[in-house]
Amino acid sequence: MGSREPVDYIARTREQYDALGYPAYTWVRNDDSPPFAALTKPLSDSRLGLIASGGVYRQGQVAFHFKDDFSYREIDTGIDTEELRATHFAYDLTDARRDPNVVFPLDTLRHAVDEGQLGELGPRAYTFMGGIYSARKVRDILAPAIADRIQQDEVDVALLVPV
Amino acid sequence: MSSARSITRAVNPPRAVYLDFPLGRTAGKPLDTDNQRAVLRDTLAAFAAIDRPGTIVDLDYEWQPDDGWKDRVMRPDPDKPGGDGGHDDDRVARFDTPQYQTEADAAAADSACPTCVFLEDTR
Repeated sequence: MGSREPVDYIARTREQYDALGYPAYTWVRNDDSPPFAALTKPLSDSRLGLIASGGVYRQGQVAFHFKDDFSYREIDTGIDTEELRATHFAYDLTDARRDPNVVFPLDTLRHAVDEGQLGELGPRAYTFMGGIYSARKVRDILAPAIADRIQQDEVDVALLVPV
Repeated sequence: MSSARSITRAVNPPRAVYLDFPLGRTAGKPLDTDNQRAVLRDTLAAFAAIDRPGTIVDLDYEWQPDDGWKDRVMRPDPDKPGGDGGHDDDRVARFDTPQYQTEADAAAADSACPTCVFLEDTR
């Protein structure tokens, strides 16, 4: 059973929306060649910034809500992962709540630093809850805000972990 | 990192790795540090290895030996009691209040939270 081919979520969403009588969802599509910066030094000397959209917050923070929430959270990268939580309206949270590393690979990244594969992590990670239906709000408000912050952290590379 | 290849192809980021797992496991299998570390090692290697903008590197891990889970993604569950085999809208209602994982989180939350950033839409 099944297929070696990737699940085509764009096609599946179209099928589901059609069956429910909803208008087609307009996906973001960027046809131009993306901006590209070569690495200037090895990762073992680089500072990495983590950005994740799985709805992760830490205990003590205000959780995300499900109605067009385009806020973000800053999470100290020295945090004990026991303090991490996940909330999201659109994916199966079972595994993220058992082990936040599946959507927010903090222990894994810290291990890579310990092993010398990576220089260090930025002081804080940035999280939000994906499934924001307004591409405009992400493009014009949320993404520039996080980009500004992560540049202040003087990271060399950024790792994006969407869900 | 991505577990939705078609969406990542459309967004077209400078560099990407694709992991063929169900959504919600973008960075590896739960409680499987060997898998998570291997996925991250391959991901970090792709930073240097990719030299053509828009490249997606397909990682060589499988969620289960049987790919049957892919048949059920966003499709009607034929075994669902009372189901008519039609599509359901299985998304959660769009509550506009914080949706905490636990009640203890709700009690512990600081409403003045300095690390929670609520952005203004000025349009």
